[in-house]
Amino acid sequence: MTTETRTPETQPLRRTLPRIPDRFAAFGAVLIVVVVLAAVLAPWLAPYPVDDPRPLERLLPPSGAHWFGTDQVGRDVLTRILYGGRTSLFIAVAVLAVSALAGVTLGVVAGYAGGWIRDVIMRVTDVFLAFPALLLSLALAVVLQPGVNTVILAIAVTWWPWYTRLAASMAASIATRPYVDAARCLGVPAPLIILRHVLPNSLTPVLVQLSLDAGGVILTSAALSYLGLGAQEPTAEWGLMVQQGQTLFTTNWWVVTFPGLAILVTAFAFNVLGEGLRNALDPRRAVK
Amino acid sequence: MSDHLIEARDLRVSYGGRVVAEVPRLDVGAGECVAIVGESGSGKSTTLLSLLGLTQNAEISGQVRVCGVDVLTASPRALRELRGARAALVMQSPHAALSPATRLGVLMRRALKLHGVRDVDRTMARAMEEVLLDRELLRRYPHEVSGGQAQRFAIALAIALGAEVILADEPTSALDVTVQAEVVGVLRRLRAERDLALLLVSHDLALVSTIADRVLVMKDGAVVESGPAATVLAEPSHPYTRELLEALP
Repeated sequence: MTTETRTPETQPLRRTLPRIPDRFAAFGAVLIVVVVLAAVLAPWLAPYPVDDPRPLERLLPPSGAHWFGTDQVGRDVLTRILYGGRTSLFIAVAVLAVSALAGVTLGVVAGYAGGWIRDVIMRVTDVFLAFPALLLSLALAVVLQPGVNTVILAIAVTWWPWYTRLAASMAASIATRPYVDAARCLGVPAPLIILRHVLPNSLTPVLVQLSLDAGGVILTSAALSYLGLGAQEPTAEWGLMVQQGQTLFTTNWWVVTFPGLAILVTAFAFNVLGEGLRNALDPRRAVK
Repeated sequence: MSDHLIEARDLRVSYGGRVVAEVPRLDVGAGECVAIVGESGSGKSTTLLSLLGLTQNAEISGQVRVCGVDVLTASPRALRELRGARAALVMQSPHAALSPATRLGVLMRRALKLHGVRDVDRTMARAMEEVLLDRELLRRYPHEVSGGQAQRFAIALAIALGAEVILADEPTSALDVTVQAEVVGVLRRLRAERDLALLLVSHDLALVSTIADRVLVMKDGAVVESGPAATVLAEPSHPYTRELLEALP
């Protein structure tokens, strides 16, 4: 995501993607890299074991030994945040992968095929969109066993319809392009046209949407965990940490503040990157 | 049946009851070039597309045979075979007709495999040679070649697939004058060497006069005049044809 080779052979997708277009978006990208690295390298970076309650060291304020202090059972908050990033990012990646895969597949089929196929797919999509997303997620999460997998499923169920809509509108416009006519004219069967022409040429806005959504998914999963429906102790997860620390806010602010900041920073970083990508890919600027 | 590669009788294309093109008779034989001329909206492109069954949501009546295939009653499978392998369409905007995310070589290879062409590499190399394109272009993406190159690639694709008929919809109008000459040169040579039947839709009478044997002039969906190119262009009998000719610079 950060490097860009500029040989004449670059693929069109990469050609239109970054060089990161503006400093703000570049800042977002750097933040994301930092967050991802911190999460991936957590076992090496973390100063303490992830689940190591030390009752005698409960609720210590930030210090040289515990930069972000310790929580209500005496675990190092910095360590929990590093490991929590793994959970939160995994949830985000999994939700977006499932949503985009299901949503884009249905979307390109609907957009390309049109007619009753599109009507059926889009009406089903509308049904899902008719429910308030968080409410639907909550309902699902309540019914299922609380846990990371439940969070992923509960959020993905409310997230895919957006990708279906996006991909359907892109595919519908691409289906009328001359190169699709040309492929049809060459006798290429519809599934191959969708796979080779409609899909690759519909993906750019999906990529933008993915980076815009990553922050939203992290916030939603934090909300579910916060309500006790997501990750469970002793799993480290940012939303869960905020929930457990909230009663301590007035007395031991660090327990809730630092995980809250982690959520904020990550969501913010994905948002500015997505915004930057969207600007960079704006057809009014991209047309050449 | 006659030996015309394209043969249309009483062709009538309409959208929702409104007739947009009506051609009583159109024949193109091997090695022959017929041009349909007329202004935008005269129904000439619609006529061309309907010959391959490519008009969407249109009602078509009459009889159309292309390479012996009855287009209006043929099965989807027979149509696919016809369109790919025997009758090729060359479009107005060469870049728009090439999928931006696919290298030219990949595109051609897939098309050849789809139609069961054997000896793909040799066929590709020969087709590129025939249209005077460097084989190196096969490694490029559409945005990395010029309009003239893209258009010649489209013709190379048709040849590689073994097309007997090329239907070209304004094949040069999106190109510079010098590049137009290249493309026309390639078309003319292939027509002679390979006995291609060429159906050309164009509003460019200068182009038409250099390549077409016969001309159909269309206006508002109807054929107003037809005949040998030399006669129609030299002694137009219909006022509209005269108007078109006078509009030439």
